[in-house]
Amino acid sequence: MKERLVLVGNGMAGVRTLEELLKYDPEHYDITVFGAEPHPNYNRIMLSPVLAGEKTIDDIILNSRDWYAENGITLHTGDAVVAIDRAARKVKTESGMEVGYDRLLLATGSNPFIIPVPGADKDGVLGFRDIADVDKMLEAAKQYKKAVVIGGGLLGLEAANGLMKNGMDVTIVHLMDILMERQLDHPAAEMLKASLETRGMKFLMQASTAEIVGGDRVSGVKFADGSEVEADLVVMAVGIKPNIELARQAGIHCERGIVVSDTMQTFDPRVYAVGECVQHRGICYGLVAPLFEQGKVAANHLAQIGIARYEGSVTSTKLKVTGIDLFSAGEFNEQEDDETLVLQDPAQGVYKKLVIRDNRIKGAVMYGDTMDGTWYFQLLREGTDISDFRSTILFGQHDVGDAGHGDTARVLSLSDDAEICGCNGVCKGEIVNAIQTKGLFTLDDVKAHTKAASSCGSCAGLVEALLANTVGEGYDAAPSKKAICACTEHSHDDIIKAIKDHELKDMRTVFDFLAWKTPDGCATCRPALNYYLLANWPADYQDDMQSRFINERAHGNIQKDGTYSVVPRMFGGLCTPSDLRAIADVVEKYDVPEMKVTGGQRIDLFGIKKNDLPAVWKDLSDAGFVSGHAYGKAMRTVKTCAGKTWCRFGTQNSTALGVKLEELTWGSWMPHKFKLAVSGCPRNCAEATIKDFGVVCVDSGYELHVGGNGGIKVRVTDLLCKVDSEEEVLEYCGAFTQMYREEAHYLERTAPWVERVSLSYIKSRILDDEAERKALYERFKFGQKFSQIDPWKQRAEGAEAHEFMPLEVVSQ
Amino acid sequence: MNNWTEITPLDEIPQLGSRVIKTDTMEIAVFRTAADEVFAVKNACPHKAGPLSEGIVHGNSVTCPLHNWNIDLASGEALGPDEGCTNTFPAKVDGGIVYIDLKNSSRAC
Ligand SMILES: Cc1cc2nc3c(=O)[nH]c(=O)nc-3n(C[C@H](O)[C@H](O)[C@H](O)COP(=O)(O)OP(=O)(O)OC[C@H]3O[C@@H](n4cnc5c(N)ncnc54)[C@H](O)[C@@H]3O)c2cc1C
Ligand code: SF4
Ligand code: FES
Repeated sequence: MKERLVLVGNGMAGVRTLEELLKYDPEHYDITVFGAEPHPNYNRIMLSPVLAGEKTIDDIILNSRDWYAENGITLHTGDAVVAIDRAARKVKTESGMEVGYDRLLLATGSNPFIIPVPGADKDGVLGFRDIADVDKMLEAAKQYKKAVVIGGGLLGLEAANGLMKNGMDVTIVHLMDILMERQLDHPAAEMLKASLETRGMKFLMQASTAEIVGGDRVSGVKFADGSEVEADLVVMAVGIKPNIELARQAGIHCERGIVVSDTMQTFDPRVYAVGECVQHRGICYGLVAPLFEQGKVAANHLAQIGIARYEGSVTSTKLKVTGIDLFSAGEFNEQEDDETLVLQDPAQGVYKKLVIRDNRIKGAVMYGDTMDGTWYFQLLREGTDISDFRSTILFGQHDVGDAGHGDTARVLSLSDDAEICGCNGVCKGEIVNAIQTKGLFTLDDVKAHTKAASSCGSCAGLVEALLANTVGEGYDAAPSKKAICACTEHSHDDIIKAIKDHELKDMRTVFDFLAWKTPDGCATCRPALNYYLLANWPADYQDDMQSRFINERAHGNIQKDGTYSVVPRMFGGLCTPSDLRAIADVVEKYDVPEMKVTGGQRIDLFGIKKNDLPAVWKDLSDAGFVSGHAYGKAMRTVKTCAGKTWCRFGTQNSTALGVKLEELTWGSWMPHKFKLAVSGCPRNCAEATIKDFGVVCVDSGYELHVGGNGGIKVRVTDLLCKVDSEEEVLEYCGAFTQMYREEAHYLERTAPWVERVSLSYIKSRILDDEAERKALYERFKFGQKFSQIDPWKQRAEGAEAHEFMPLEVVSQ
Repeated sequence: MNNWTEITPLDEIPQLGSRVIKTDTMEIAVFRTAADEVFAVKNACPHKAGPLSEGIVHGNSVTCPLHNWNIDLASGEALGPDEGCTNTFPAKVDGGIVYIDLKNSSRAC
């Protein structure tokens, strides 16, 4: 029987956690959700635009009732949970329903703080938290004229802006002398106030509310100094209170919020909590970005993967009042000894301030031009030393000079890892990649695929700029997929599919079937086709040397001076004295100018003349070596550590396992180079977590990691799974490798491939589907029968001799 | 007046491939296309003298292995956006044998 998971609180954090959980493991739980509100999960952030009349309720529904049904989730709306019986492990609702749980997830959000002054319970006094509040405000706007919003923070200003848009005369009452003092410094707050005043908003600063006056319904607000303003509607937006009553009654430890550990567990380990109701390391968050991070961690543990930790977040804020750009992050008020960099242009309405400590950004406030906010925020979070570009940093990531400003020009100049969507942590590269590979055309498509712009929406403009540019101006006409080269209209995926589905087994047939425009392709498509044919039809297809790049044709790396380097394979990096002697003999016999130990744990011989290659290979081959394929889009090396035999930390025999893996995989042609490693314990001396396929041995078995990459853009692997035996390591490795061989685009490494197709897709084929995994593994082993024929030996014996011998010497 | 030198049987050159001949002064790459036409081109790319013989042959052109310039085999000229050219030599197949006229090198640009 499946375990039962109950979610209390059908809001943004709770449902996001479920989404993450379903990605990891859609089958693990029977899920039941209780929501006090009568709606399915909606985007609470977007209540402000709804109030302002810029969006409708339908626009902001995040998960329709169909979504719950499709994922087998039982949803009860309009029924609050009133008690938790932790001993009996069940919850009880207002309507009297009782549901048992194995795991409980609390995501009860928070309540608006209502100032406890006399009259606060009158009709017409509201918070600003949910759809019901918005309905009441819209209702009031139809009948009444005068509104007072108490609280000049983010929420209050958005409420005031919305009410004003509905024709009300709005006064903002604020206790401090600075608006949004939690986000803004004095100059920025003044600019904001001035700009709102020109729109017709009124402000009462440093005013302390003493009483709400009126009969049944409010008629005014009275202040501590005795003054009074008229009001038919009062919105209190002075802060939120984590909603912890339910948890507290159930005896779960709470302080300001429900106290959770780094794994998002409460003091009762069966009970998890996420969202605004939570207090983590002393902090309660009130913005979605950290809540979504919490959700990811909670889901990871609920799925029993158990490796994620939530370590707190630095947050940034944008105000969603159309026409006003403002951004703030970190410690934006400087302390003693801090430095500040300021750019102020009152005429343009632009103000930027960065707070710097030890040449690192600690905080940022921006008004009027917030384009670079995400960049500063990234520098802040990553603690980047800015000394190198300090003098121009205020002008933005790309000081664009005379090349027009505007979102479009600037978003294009951002680097791929620049964060575009702060709420969901989505970078430019991910968005562009999704647009290209998934053929996306609209903002909604991008939201659906990447989640960018799906929460607070302030980055929608940037996403649209990326769309317009990536897809091209008249996007209707633009092809939805990218042709592999000018010889054809077909994309990599089309071609792979055609080769597979229509059993196309040689290049000419592919050209004909897919109506190639050139007689025999070009240097881009031919190597790709040659690879696809080889990977799909190892027994039938005759490898075409003329469609391979020279390194693969000559089985050596062509060096700068036209000589070649040769790297014999050393399985798992192990070698013997006679191996080394044989290599030394070759070096001396052929005057090899240089030898070097490589990072892949073998020896590179540099500077061999092309026509000596066959003889060098013969000598190496006679000594028992095979090619290391250091020149090819192929399986390169298996790096290993000392392991259990010699290292006191070792948990398994990592070296022997490395040798087995290399014996399994050597000789295999790949879309791109492919590297493996095996570490004997989590100290990971073999750097297995930046390899295409890495194994980290642990006491209880083997962790398998995939999709890592050293190189220009380092990417740490994703954990595929953990297995118990060496046999399974080999099987999973073969299956993963074969899936990559069959489905990745030629010249696409595992790292971008994993990101393109998603880890959960790979898991669905390799973990969830045993038959599929075994079939992949079998296909891999079948293909290996044809590729584990040493090319050096063949050539030493005379194959492809024309490749190495010049024709004849002719005197002129 | 051509001055043909016998080079090799056509079969010694792979289709869509090449062989290199060395003269006293330079290397010449002899290409064979899919249609069994042969071309003789100085084995030095007009860009940075890359070995054209090691490139991928398609249609009547070859892609240089170093930086992917496409060179037209008949004229020795770089195709597409790139500009430059290398020497070519008259070549023919007669009775299954490849002949080249090493004395009549031409250069289009
Ligand atoms: C107007 C407005 C604008 C905002 N703008 C931004 C912004 O621009 N950027 C940003 O990052 N954040 C913004 N926020 C904050 C953001 O919406 C919240 O941080 C986020 O929604 C909190 O998610 P949550 O799941 O913790 O709580 P919620 O989304 O509030 O969900 C909690 C749910 O649990 C239900 N519930 C509570 N108790 C029970 C019970 N006992 N049984 C059943 N159900 C229960 C509640 O009814 C509610 O539906 C804004 C909030 C508001 C109100
Ligand atoms: S990874 Fe672990 S077992 Fe291997 S050498 Fe390092 S410490 Fe030893
Ligand atoms: S040398 Fe041929 S392209 Fe550069």
